Amino acid sequence: MVIARPSHLVFTALLCATGVFAATFADAAWLRHRRADVMTQKRDLVARLQLTDLCLFTEARYTRHLSQADLHSAFQDHPLGLEHFPSGSLVPPPAHLMVPHEALDRKTEVPD
Amino acid sequence: MKLWIEKQKYLIDFTLSSLARRKAKNVGLLLVYTLIVFLLASVMLFTHALRHEAAHVLDGAPEVVLQRMVAGRHDLIPPGTLERVGRIRGVQKKEGRLWGYYYDPVVKANYTFMAPSNESISSGTLVVGAGLARARGLAVGNAISFRSYSGKLFGFTIARILAQESELVSADLVLMSEDDFRGFFEIAPGYFTDIALSVVNPQEVRNVATKLSLQFPDSRPILRDEILRTYESIFNWREGIVLALASLSILAFAIFAWEKASGLSAEEKREIGILKAIGWETGDVIKMKFWEGALVSLAAFLIGYVAAYLHVFHFSSSLFAPVLKGWAVLYPRFELNPVIDGFQVATLFFFTVFPYAAATLVPIWRAAITDPDSVMRG
Amino acid sequence: MIELKNICKAFNHGRDNEFHALNGIDLHLPAQRVTAFRGPSGSGKTTLLSIVGCLSRPTSGRVRLKDRDISGLPERFLTDIRRQTFGFIFQQFNLIKGLSAIENVMLPAYPLGGDWRALRESAERLLGDLRLSHRREAKVEWLSGGEQQRVAIARALINDPEIVVADEPTANLDTALAMEFMGILEKLSNTGKTVILTSHDPLVVESSIVHRVVDMRDGRIVPPHQ
Repeated sequence: MVIARPSHLVFTALLCATGVFAATFADAAWLRHRRADVMTQKRDLVARLQLTDLCLFTEARYTRHLSQADLHSAFQDHPLGLEHFPSGSLVPPPAHLMVPHEALDRKTEVPD
Repeated sequence: MKLWIEKQKYLIDFTLSSLARRKAKNVGLLLVYTLIVFLLASVMLFTHALRHEAAHVLDGAPEVVLQRMVAGRHDLIPPGTLERVGRIRGVQKKEGRLWGYYYDPVVKANYTFMAPSNESISSGTLVVGAGLARARGLAVGNAISFRSYSGKLFGFTIARILAQESELVSADLVLMSEDDFRGFFEIAPGYFTDIALSVVNPQEVRNVATKLSLQFPDSRPILRDEILRTYESIFNWREGIVLALASLSILAFAIFAWEKASGLSAEEKREIGILKAIGWETGDVIKMKFWEGALVSLAAFLIGYVAAYLHVFHFSSSLFAPVLKGWAVLYPRFELNPVIDGFQVATLFFFTVFPYAAATLVPIWRAAITDPDSVMRG
Repeated sequence: MIELKNICKAFNHGRDNEFHALNGIDLHLPAQRVTAFRGPSGSGKTTLLSIVGCLSRPTSGRVRLKDRDISGLPERFLTDIRRQTFGFIFQQFNLIKGLSAIENVMLPAYPLGGDWRALRESAERLLGDLRLSHRREAKVEWLSGGEQQRVAIARALINDPEIVVADEPTANLDTALAMEFMGILEKLSNTGKTVILTSHDPLVVESSIVHRVVDMRDGRIVPPHQ
């Protein structure tokens, strides 16, 4: 008579789970390979249409085109501004508003 | 060695039998635990893959975008600027972009209208993003009309719908001919929304941008680098509710696990006394308890992670969609390229498995050193 | 088999509520004999039993097991000796609730890490000998008092100990079950096991199976009162 020993059952289960865990990495590699064309397609579309942003949040101009937002959009008053929850709390202010733009600004001399 | 393994198997036998006694409670614990790993892993996999996707896809974005600011607002580029920009040394290609926003009261959604310069769209027709087509129920050949900001009604037919796979960048796009765009928004010829530039030498981008700011003090150059950096920090782990939710759930679980693990009941203490009386060493009791913590947390990690993987890469992160959608109407359907950061997975493993194992071990330490004769005295 | 020399055991040593459970016990327990400690509660017989069974160490005095002084050994070695030499039957049976009868029987052998199949077979054989085969997968809390005690006996025997230690074995049993226990005890004795038990049950101490009765009072051995 074969008696199921608890530890053997659990080892088998964990072994299966570990196998599936490892399989996710193989699956990821396969999916990357399969979706490579789509990636290229997207990149080409971005280049062709000269797009600048991901279409994740369409509720306001400064969330739809995050990177194009100007210095005075309400959103930038505070990075956790709640007027457009939750996008407003999911994304930080655009990088160029934090440091580099300021640097460029300072290099700018007012021409007369 | 074989003896050691056999001994650990016995300890695991015992720990499993004793877990099975409070099946509902322990299965519940495993479920909550798994759910937390699932949530954390989903956020982690999703944000990492999305960041990677943004970096890869937006690599095709214009090198420099030049905006004009009037009284702190984005304004149209006036005629002549494009030519002047072209004269700056280092600028290779310059193109005026025409784009803007339109609110569609029918479905209460915002669209991005655009007149692409290198795509021929015949007048009176539109090319629309797949997300928009879905929201409005549009098919190729359908007619659609938009009321312009001046109050006039414009009719169009749908010439083409952009590929569904590209929705992440194109869900809300309405592409039209330049004449249609100017007519619809009443933008006089020569005016543009902004200017897209490419630079001869990529190393010189920053210099060119400085020159642009010098020559056009009312303008603001946005570099592709900055665009990429914006998306690099999107869903940064420090940002907003992702962390708030995660830390709340972790905290709740920590309390739960601590309560469960540290509140050794009188019954459990008695059992430890019995085990010691019948010949178990202190070390055996601790090892037995270690296996309990290790097995439970390992199972939770493996199940939670695999579920998160399936959720993010095979079910399009459908649980996040309502959160990301916010109160926007249009939300792109997209499948992320599964790019996984092994170091992140290892970190997640450490931070989910280790604290729980420790939480089960600490209280047992004190109980396990009880005198074996306590059962006789009891 | 076991030599006790001038054994003292103090609880709460050095504190106000210090009390001496044992005061200078000298005793020789021969092998393959059934010895019973008799005395009123508080006489120190259970404390003596736990010292004999290596469950605790005396405050002073020497314990010799098979000519080896074990009173000074660290806990790890003591546990090892306890596991190999002694089998315990507790007054409250002290079975682990929620586990099946056969799992309870197998428990003392777990830290030894022997072959699982062989262990399970010997556990089944022991339960069979005690007429419990049909109840082996039952959880112990579903068993009757007598069945629970027989599981406890099987558990005491799983590591094939030389000495079986029983604390008030008949305290929770009715007469019929107590008689049955004495029968098992006789069988054990006949197979050459040394048995040491505490009891004040006349059924036990006056039985012919018990070779020797040690009377105790106030932590000392006293002459038989009969």
